[in-house]
Amino acid sequence: MSEHAAALQAGHADHEHPRMAHHFESLAVQKDAASLGMWLFLAQEIMFFGGLFFAYALYRNLYHGAFVAGSQLLDWKLGAFNTAVLIGSSLTMAMAVHAAALGKRKQIVGYLLGTILLGTLFLGVKVVEYREKFHHNLVPGESFGLPYEGLDPHHAIPESQRAPLQMYFSLYFAMTGLHALHMIVGIPILAGLCWFAWHGEYSARFHTPVEMVGLYWHFVDIVWIFLFPLLYLIA
Amino acid sequence: MSDHVVPVRTYLLVFLALMLGTFLTVYVARHDLGAFNTPIALGIAIVKATLVVLFFMHVKYSPRLTQLVAASGFAFLAMLFAIMLMDYAARGTVNPETRSNQAFQIEDK
Repeated sequence: MSEHAAALQAGHADHEHPRMAHHFESLAVQKDAASLGMWLFLAQEIMFFGGLFFAYALYRNLYHGAFVAGSQLLDWKLGAFNTAVLIGSSLTMAMAVHAAALGKRKQIVGYLLGTILLGTLFLGVKVVEYREKFHHNLVPGESFGLPYEGLDPHHAIPESQRAPLQMYFSLYFAMTGLHALHMIVGIPILAGLCWFAWHGEYSARFHTPVEMVGLYWHFVDIVWIFLFPLLYLIA
Repeated sequence: MSDHVVPVRTYLLVFLALMLGTFLTVYVARHDLGAFNTPIALGIAIVKATLVVLFFMHVKYSPRLTQLVAASGFAFLAMLFAIMLMDYAARGTVNPETRSNQAFQIEDK
Protein backbone atom coordinates (compact mmCIF):
# COMPACT_ATOMS: atom_id res chain seq x y z
CA MET A 1 0.00 0.00 0.00
CA SER A 2 1.34 3.42 -0.90
CA GLU A 3 1.96 5.96 1.82
CA HIS A 4 -0.90 8.13 0.60
CA ALA A 5 -3.37 5.24 0.62
CA ALA A 6 -2.27 4.35 4.15
CA ALA A 7 -2.79 7.96 5.26
CA LEU A 8 -6.24 7.96 3.65
CA GLN A 9 -7.19 4.78 5.47
CA ALA A 10 -6.04 6.28 8.78
CA GLY A 11 -8.14 9.32 7.90
CA HIS A 12 -11.23 7.15 7.40
CA ALA A 13 -10.70 5.60 10.85
CA ASP A 14 -10.39 9.14 12.26
CA HIS A 15 -13.74 10.11 10.77
CA GLU A 16 -15.41 7.84 13.30
CA HIS A 17 -13.99 10.06 16.08
CA PRO A 18 -16.62 12.40 17.63
CA ARG A 19 -14.18 15.37 17.73
CA MET A 20 -13.16 15.01 14.08
CA ALA A 21 -14.47 17.81 11.85
CA HIS A 22 -15.61 16.45 8.47
CA HIS A 23 -13.58 18.86 6.37
CA PHE A 24 -10.22 17.54 7.61
CA GLU A 25 -8.46 14.55 6.12
CA SER A 26 -7.37 13.15 9.47
CA LEU A 27 -7.02 14.01 13.16
CA ALA A 28 -3.33 14.75 12.60
CA VAL A 29 -4.16 17.32 9.92
CA GLN A 30 -6.85 18.78 12.17
CA LYS A 31 -4.32 19.17 15.00
CA ASP A 32 -1.80 20.88 12.70
CA ALA A 33 -4.51 23.35 11.66
CA ALA A 34 -5.34 24.05 15.30
CA SER A 35 -1.65 24.65 16.13
CA LEU A 36 -1.33 27.03 13.21
CA GLY A 37 -4.38 29.00 14.36
CA MET A 38 -3.09 29.08 17.93
CA TRP A 39 0.28 30.40 16.77
CA LEU A 40 -1.41 33.13 14.74
CA PHE A 41 -3.25 34.13 17.92
CA LEU A 42 0.04 34.09 19.84
CA ALA A 43 1.72 36.22 17.14
CA GLN A 44 -1.02 38.78 17.80
CA GLU A 45 -0.39 38.45 21.54
CA ILE A 46 3.31 39.16 20.99
CA MET A 47 2.34 42.45 19.33
CA PHE A 48 -0.17 43.15 22.11
CA PHE A 49 2.56 42.94 24.76
CA GLY A 50 5.12 44.38 22.33
CA GLY A 51 3.61 47.86 22.50
CA LEU A 52 4.08 47.89 26.27
CA PHE A 53 7.62 46.57 25.98
CA PHE A 54 8.43 49.35 23.54
CA ALA A 55 6.94 51.99 25.85
CA TYR A 56 9.08 50.50 28.61
CA ALA A 57 12.25 50.67 26.49
CA LEU A 58 11.57 54.28 25.53
CA TYR A 59 10.81 55.61 29.00
CA ARG A 60 13.57 53.61 30.64
CA ASN A 61 15.94 55.30 28.21
CA LEU A 62 14.52 58.74 29.00
CA TYR A 63 14.26 58.36 32.80
CA HIS A 64 16.93 55.84 33.63
CA GLY A 65 17.45 57.14 37.17
CA ALA A 66 13.77 56.84 38.06
CA PHE A 67 13.60 53.31 36.65
CA VAL A 68 16.56 52.21 38.78
CA ALA A 69 14.92 53.79 41.85
CA GLY A 70 11.56 52.20 41.02
CA SER A 71 13.11 48.79 40.48
CA GLN A 72 14.73 48.99 43.91
CA LEU A 73 11.30 49.55 45.48
CA LEU A 74 10.28 46.07 44.26
CA ASP A 75 11.26 42.92 46.13
CA TRP A 76 13.45 40.96 43.68
CA LYS A 77 13.25 37.89 45.94
CA LEU A 78 9.48 37.70 45.43
CA GLY A 79 10.04 38.22 41.69
CA ALA A 80 12.63 35.44 41.53
CA PHE A 81 10.38 33.14 43.56
CA ASN A 82 7.50 33.80 41.18
CA THR A 83 9.76 33.16 38.17
CA ALA A 84 10.61 29.73 39.59
CA VAL A 85 6.91 29.06 40.33
CA LEU A 86 5.89 29.95 36.78
CA ILE A 87 8.67 27.87 35.20
CA GLY A 88 7.51 25.00 37.43
CA SER A 89 3.95 25.48 36.18
CA SER A 90 5.24 25.36 32.59
CA LEU A 91 6.88 22.01 33.41
CA THR A 92 3.64 20.56 34.85
CA MET A 93 1.77 21.90 31.80
CA ALA A 94 4.25 20.23 29.44
CA MET A 95 3.87 17.03 31.47
CA ALA A 96 0.07 17.25 31.19
CA VAL A 97 0.42 17.39 27.39
CA HIS A 98 2.85 14.47 27.59
CA ALA A 99 0.38 12.44 29.68
CA ALA A 100 -2.38 13.33 27.20
CA ALA A 101 -0.26 12.12 24.26
CA LEU A 102 0.05 8.79 26.07
CA GLY A 103 -3.66 8.78 26.95
CA LYS A 104 -3.10 8.59 30.71
CA ARG A 105 -6.30 10.08 32.09
CA LYS A 106 -5.43 10.45 35.79
CA GLN A 107 -1.97 11.83 35.04
CA ILE A 108 -3.45 14.55 32.80
CA VAL A 109 -5.77 15.64 35.61
CA GLY A 110 -2.95 15.51 38.18
CA TYR A 111 -0.55 17.62 36.14
CA LEU A 112 -3.29 20.10 35.22
CA LEU A 113 -4.20 20.49 38.90
CA GLY A 114 -0.49 21.06 39.63
CA THR A 115 -0.42 23.78 36.96
CA ILE A 116 -3.52 25.45 38.46
CA LEU A 117 -1.99 25.29 41.94
CA LEU A 118 1.30 26.89 40.83
CA GLY A 119 -0.55 29.52 38.76
CA THR A 120 -2.66 30.43 41.79
CA LEU A 121 0.43 30.61 43.99
CA PHE A 122 1.97 33.05 41.48
CA LEU A 123 -1.13 35.25 41.60
CA GLY A 124 -1.15 35.06 45.41
CA VAL A 125 2.39 36.43 45.56
CA LYS A 126 1.33 39.14 43.12
CA VAL A 127 -1.52 40.10 45.48
CA VAL A 128 0.99 40.47 48.34
CA GLU A 129 3.21 42.66 46.13
CA TYR A 130 0.35 44.82 44.85
CA ARG A 131 -1.07 45.32 48.36
CA GLU A 132 2.30 46.58 49.61
CA LYS A 133 2.43 49.07 46.73
CA PHE A 134 -1.04 50.34 47.63
CA HIS A 135 0.01 50.79 51.27
CA HIS A 136 3.20 52.58 50.23
CA ASN A 137 1.41 55.03 47.92
CA LEU A 138 3.19 53.67 44.86
CA VAL A 139 0.10 53.12 42.73
CA PRO A 140 -0.19 55.80 40.00
CA GLY A 141 -2.78 58.41 40.91
CA GLU A 142 -3.43 61.40 43.16
CA SER A 143 -1.60 60.04 46.20
CA PHE A 144 1.38 58.68 44.28
CA GLY A 145 4.68 59.12 46.12
CA LEU A 146 3.15 60.79 49.18
CA PRO A 147 4.61 59.81 52.56
CA TYR A 148 2.76 57.03 54.38
CA GLU A 149 2.64 55.99 58.01
CA GLY A 150 5.82 54.28 59.17
CA LEU A 151 7.95 55.65 56.32
CA ASP A 152 11.55 56.48 57.17
CA PRO A 153 11.77 60.22 56.23
CA HIS A 154 15.13 59.53 54.56
CA HIS A 155 13.33 57.37 52.03
CA ALA A 156 10.64 59.92 51.22
CA ILE A 157 10.33 60.52 47.49
CA PRO A 158 11.35 64.09 46.53
CA GLU A 159 8.64 65.93 44.68
CA SER A 160 10.77 66.33 41.53
CA GLN A 161 11.11 62.53 41.35
CA ARG A 162 7.41 61.74 41.60
CA ALA A 163 6.51 62.20 37.92
CA PRO A 164 9.25 59.99 36.40
CA LEU A 165 8.83 57.40 39.17
CA GLN A 166 5.11 57.34 38.46
CA MET A 167 5.97 56.54 34.84
CA TYR A 168 7.92 53.48 36.01
CA PHE A 169 5.08 52.28 38.24
CA SER A 170 2.46 52.91 35.53
CA LEU A 171 4.40 50.56 33.27
CA TYR A 172 4.98 48.12 36.15
CA PHE A 173 1.24 47.84 36.81
CA ALA A 174 0.25 47.83 33.14
CA MET A 175 2.73 45.08 32.23
CA THR A 176 2.39 42.83 35.28
CA GLY A 177 -1.37 43.52 35.34
CA LEU A 178 -1.88 42.46 31.73
CA HIS A 179 0.29 39.41 32.40
CA ALA A 180 -1.73 38.54 35.54
CA LEU A 181 -4.95 39.01 33.56
CA HIS A 182 -3.74 36.37 31.12
CA MET A 183 -3.22 33.99 34.03
CA ILE A 184 -6.64 34.81 35.50
CA VAL A 185 -8.11 33.88 32.11
CA GLY A 186 -5.92 30.77 31.85
CA ILE A 187 -6.73 29.19 35.20
CA PRO A 188 -10.50 28.65 34.60
CA ILE A 189 -9.65 27.26 31.16
CA LEU A 190 -7.26 24.80 32.83
CA ALA A 191 -10.05 23.88 35.26
CA GLY A 192 -12.34 23.19 32.29
CA LEU A 193 -9.67 20.95 30.74
CA CYS A 194 -9.43 19.10 34.07
CA TRP A 195 -13.17 18.43 34.01
CA PHE A 196 -13.11 17.09 30.45
CA ALA A 197 -9.93 15.09 31.05
CA TRP A 198 -11.49 13.48 34.12
CA HIS A 199 -14.47 12.42 32.00
CA GLY A 200 -12.20 10.72 29.49
CA GLU A 201 -12.49 13.29 26.70
CA TYR A 202 -8.78 13.16 25.79
CA SER A 203 -6.88 10.20 24.44
CA ALA A 204 -3.62 9.46 22.65
CA ARG A 205 -5.52 10.01 19.38
CA PHE A 206 -7.24 13.25 20.35
CA HIS A 207 -5.93 15.73 22.92
CA THR A 208 -5.64 18.90 20.84
CA PRO A 209 -7.29 21.18 23.48
CA VAL A 210 -4.69 20.20 26.09
CA GLU A 211 -1.90 21.04 23.63
CA MET A 212 -3.45 24.38 22.61
CA VAL A 213 -3.99 25.56 26.19
CA GLY A 214 -0.41 24.43 26.82
CA LEU A 215 0.80 26.79 24.07
CA TYR A 216 -1.09 29.67 25.70
CA TRP A 217 0.28 28.87 29.15
CA HIS A 218 3.88 28.64 27.93
CA PHE A 219 3.47 31.97 26.13
CA VAL A 220 2.41 33.61 29.40
CA ASP A 221 5.53 32.08 30.98
CA ILE A 222 7.71 33.60 28.24
CA VAL A 223 6.28 37.08 28.89
CA TRP A 224 7.24 36.75 32.56
CA ILE A 225 10.74 35.53 31.65
CA PHE A 226 11.26 39.00 30.14
CA LEU A 227 9.30 40.98 32.72
CA PHE A 228 11.30 39.68 35.68
CA PRO A 229 14.76 41.05 34.76
CA LEU A 230 13.33 44.18 33.10
CA LEU A 231 11.21 45.28 36.07
CA TYR A 232 12.89 43.80 39.16
CA LEU A 233 16.58 43.85 38.31
CA ILE A 234 17.53 47.26 36.93
CA ALA A 235 20.97 48.16 38.24
CA MET B 1 -0.01 9.11 14.43
CA SER B 2 2.27 11.89 13.29
CA ASP B 3 2.41 12.91 16.94
CA HIS B 4 5.91 13.26 18.30
CA VAL B 5 5.95 12.29 21.96
CA VAL B 6 8.78 14.22 23.60
CA PRO B 7 10.59 12.15 26.27
CA VAL B 8 10.17 13.28 29.89
CA ARG B 9 13.95 13.59 30.17
CA THR B 10 13.92 16.44 27.62
CA TYR B 11 11.29 18.32 29.64
CA LEU B 12 13.26 17.91 32.85
CA LEU B 13 16.48 19.09 31.20
CA VAL B 14 14.73 22.17 29.78
CA PHE B 15 13.23 22.86 33.22
CA LEU B 16 16.69 22.65 34.84
CA ALA B 17 18.15 24.94 32.15
CA LEU B 18 15.37 27.49 32.79
CA MET B 19 16.00 27.41 36.55
CA LEU B 20 19.74 27.79 35.96
CA GLY B 21 19.00 30.73 33.66
CA THR B 22 16.90 32.39 36.36
CA PHE B 23 19.67 31.89 38.92
CA LEU B 24 22.22 33.34 36.49
CA THR B 25 19.97 36.34 35.78
CA VAL B 26 19.78 37.17 39.50
CA TYR B 27 23.50 36.49 40.00
CA VAL B 28 24.52 38.78 37.15
CA ALA B 29 22.14 41.52 38.35
CA ARG B 30 23.81 41.52 41.79
CA HIS B 31 27.13 42.41 40.15
CA ASP B 32 27.90 45.67 38.44
CA LEU B 33 29.08 44.95 34.92
CA GLY B 34 28.47 48.48 33.68
CA ALA B 35 26.92 48.61 30.23
CA PHE B 36 26.83 44.81 29.98
CA ASN B 37 24.18 44.18 32.65
CA THR B 38 21.14 44.75 30.45
CA PRO B 39 22.41 42.92 27.32
CA ILE B 40 23.35 39.89 29.45
CA ALA B 41 19.96 39.87 31.21
CA LEU B 42 18.16 40.12 27.85
CA GLY B 43 20.45 37.50 26.30
CA ILE B 44 19.63 34.98 29.05
CA ALA B 45 15.91 35.79 28.72
CA ILE B 46 16.07 35.20 24.94
CA VAL B 47 17.81 31.84 25.44
CA LYS B 48 15.18 30.84 28.03
CA ALA B 49 12.32 31.91 25.76
CA THR B 50 13.85 29.97 22.84
CA LEU B 51 14.04 26.82 24.98
CA VAL B 52 10.37 27.19 25.96
CA VAL B 53 9.30 27.77 22.33
CA LEU B 54 11.34 24.89 20.89
CA PHE B 55 10.68 22.19 23.49
CA PHE B 56 7.72 23.04 25.75
CA MET B 57 5.76 24.45 22.81
CA HIS B 58 6.95 21.67 20.46
CA VAL B 59 7.96 24.09 17.69
CA LYS B 60 11.07 21.98 17.09
CA TYR B 61 8.78 19.07 16.13
CA SER B 62 6.10 21.12 14.35
CA PRO B 63 5.40 21.41 10.61
CA ARG B 64 7.37 24.06 8.70
CA LEU B 65 4.31 26.30 8.38
CA THR B 66 3.81 26.45 12.16
CA GLN B 67 7.52 27.21 12.61
CA LEU B 68 7.25 30.02 10.08
CA VAL B 69 4.24 31.60 11.81
CA ALA B 70 5.91 31.27 15.22
CA ALA B 71 9.05 32.99 13.91
CA SER B 72 7.00 35.69 12.16
CA GLY B 73 5.48 36.75 15.49
CA PHE B 74 8.92 37.64 16.79
CA ALA B 75 9.98 39.11 13.43
CA PHE B 76 7.03 41.54 13.52
CA LEU B 77 7.98 42.49 17.08
CA ALA B 78 11.50 43.29 15.84
CA MET B 79 10.00 45.44 13.06
CA LEU B 80 7.81 47.28 15.57
CA PHE B 81 10.88 48.11 17.64
CA ALA B 82 13.10 48.99 14.69
CA ILE B 83 10.66 51.36 13.02
CA MET B 84 9.56 53.14 16.20
CA LEU B 85 13.17 53.48 17.42
CA MET B 86 14.09 55.07 14.09
CA ASP B 87 11.48 57.72 14.79
CA TYR B 88 12.66 58.49 18.31
CA ALA B 89 16.35 58.33 17.41
CA ALA B 90 15.89 60.69 14.47
CA ARG B 91 13.82 63.31 16.30
CA GLY B 92 15.28 66.76 15.96
CA THR B 93 17.78 65.79 13.26
CA VAL B 94 15.82 67.65 10.57
CA ASN B 95 14.22 70.37 12.65
CA PRO B 96 15.99 70.90 16.00
CA GLU B 97 12.83 72.44 17.44
CA THR B 98 11.03 69.09 17.42
CA ARG B 99 13.54 67.64 19.89
CA SER B 100 12.55 70.08 22.61
CA ASN B 101 8.96 69.59 21.59
CA GLN B 102 8.63 66.37 23.50
CA ALA B 103 5.43 66.64 25.48
CA PHE B 104 6.67 64.16 28.08
CA GLN B 105 9.74 66.12 29.09
CA ILE B 106 10.00 65.52 32.86
CA GLU B 107 12.95 66.37 35.04
CA ASP B 108 15.02 63.26 35.78
CA LYS B 109 17.83 63.40 38.28
